[in-house]
Amino acid sequence: MSHAELRDLYRELILDHSRKPRHFGRLNDATHKADGINPLCGDKLRLYLKIDSGRIESSSFEGTGCAISVASASLMTDAIEGMSVESAESCFAVVTDRLTGGASQLDVELEKLAALEGVREYPSRVKCATLAWHALHAALTDNPTPATTE
Amino acid sequence: MNAAPARVTQAADWRLDFPALRQSVHGQPLVYLDSAASAQQPEVVIETVAAYQREDHANVHRGVHTLSHRATEAYEGARDKMRDFINASARSEIVLTKGTTEAINLVAQSFCRPRLQAGDNIVITHLEHHANIVPWQLVCEQTGAELRVAPINDRGEVSIDELYELVDERTLLVGISHVSNALGTVNPVEEVVAFCKGRNVPVLIDGAQGVPHLDIDVQAIGCDFYAFSGHKMFGPTGTGVLFGREALLEEMPPWQGGGDMILEVSFENTIYNELPYKFEAGTPNISGVVGLGASVDYLQRIGMQRIADYEHELHDYMVSQLRDVDGMRFIGEAANKASVQSFLLDDIHSHDLGTILDHQGVAIRTGHHCAMPVMQWFGVSGTCRASLAFYNNRDDIDRLVIALEKAREIFG
Repeated sequence: MSHAELRDLYRELILDHSRKPRHFGRLNDATHKADGINPLCGDKLRLYLKIDSGRIESSSFEGTGCAISVASASLMTDAIEGMSVESAESCFAVVTDRLTGGASQLDVELEKLAALEGVREYPSRVKCATLAWHALHAALTDNPTPATTE
Repeated sequence: MNAAPARVTQAADWRLDFPALRQSVHGQPLVYLDSAASAQQPEVVIETVAAYQREDHANVHRGVHTLSHRATEAYEGARDKMRDFINASARSEIVLTKGTTEAINLVAQSFCRPRLQAGDNIVITHLEHHANIVPWQLVCEQTGAELRVAPINDRGEVSIDELYELVDERTLLVGISHVSNALGTVNPVEEVVAFCKGRNVPVLIDGAQGVPHLDIDVQAIGCDFYAFSGHKMFGPTGTGVLFGREALLEEMPPWQGGGDMILEVSFENTIYNELPYKFEAGTPNISGVVGLGASVDYLQRIGMQRIADYEHELHDYMVSQLRDVDGMRFIGEAANKASVQSFLLDDIHSHDLGTILDHQGVAIRTGHHCAMPVMQWFGVSGTCRASLAFYNNRDDIDRLVIALEKAREIFG
């Protein structure tokens, strides 16, 4: 086995965020929320957003998941705070495109998110990485049905 | 460990019969420990299906021409092999289905639905696969009947006394797995059948995980229905069997209409075909069933008792080796267990572990194993499950252990 390939999936940044997820827990003054469900494993997460004047003031998530899905949610909530709703939507589009093999450009200040891209080599794990992002999209579009990665 | 060298040699020989096992995954020789999800097929099954497709294929039970005759002989010949394999008393008791799930749905809709009334009940256990839960939920919803669930204990064994307490004069059927797919628990089905017979309650056994590992004799068990799948017993997917006692099958109406299940059709009156064809509407999975017949021949050449003995020893080796891995938590430690060990390692999510093991060429199942109530009972969202077949050996277990230790390094 090539240890290096596995290390590419489970990078230190991913392991760190999965062990100590940022923004973990309920957001009591949330204005938007959405659930994400990964039908493959049944893992669920709930995403909370506090949006004020078109800007994401704060965000958090709760739920259970694998290292990839927890790290993805943690990195995402880190990244989107302070963003306008429009920027967050375009960030959703760019990240999900890149995780599924696309070539969209990631802004320099978001390059941390590239740590998630190890999943591109693992088709069954892409959904773990995109789950939080689909929940973000659902929350921003006020979609009441739980987001899935299907 | 007390190796039994003769048997280990045999395993190596059996393994050579399975082409899929002769490959590398991520640069490592494949260690396949997911046979409880679907077993690999021996060369003879693959070749039998191919030969049938090349030379003998036509529709069954219809034509007078040579190929139709050959196809019918091969298909019905496989039914006879299945009868012999589980020791049913007559070929009319072997209904060919697309798998265990369809077989159980057939019983739910054809046996239970016309009989069930509001206030009646069906009894199952907490250990069941979704295939032995949801068909009963559906028929209970349709009829206003109650679904009762016998609890399990910390070891993952059904509390048989509590199951018996749930059976009363309004119980129409008891459904229980022979071997739990998620935990490997072997249920005392003979006892359950004996108890239920005394109360005139029919018993359906979900044998999907029983047939690949145990020497099954439905007459000795005494059950009324026994359902199993071809792909778990080294045959093609989309094949399966419902064994039903003839007296019960006779009373049951067809559950799907179409060709092959009729004797005579007019718009005024349709006369149904005899058993088992009454339950086999439409052109069946002929090539798959022919392949399943080849699988039965193959298994009988080795001998199911020999397979059961070998696997029992290998299972005990697996349990003893896994127990020594640091951070190991077993889910399911029944006193009587077959071929499966479910576990969690430290707090590593099962899917992360599955990916890391796959990277080392080791295939296991991760997640809820279509048994979410079992997961809920143990308070976990999923487990890792290593499951054995007779083509596995001690080297496979050793590779699993090494791979788990590597996972601990990465997540350490």
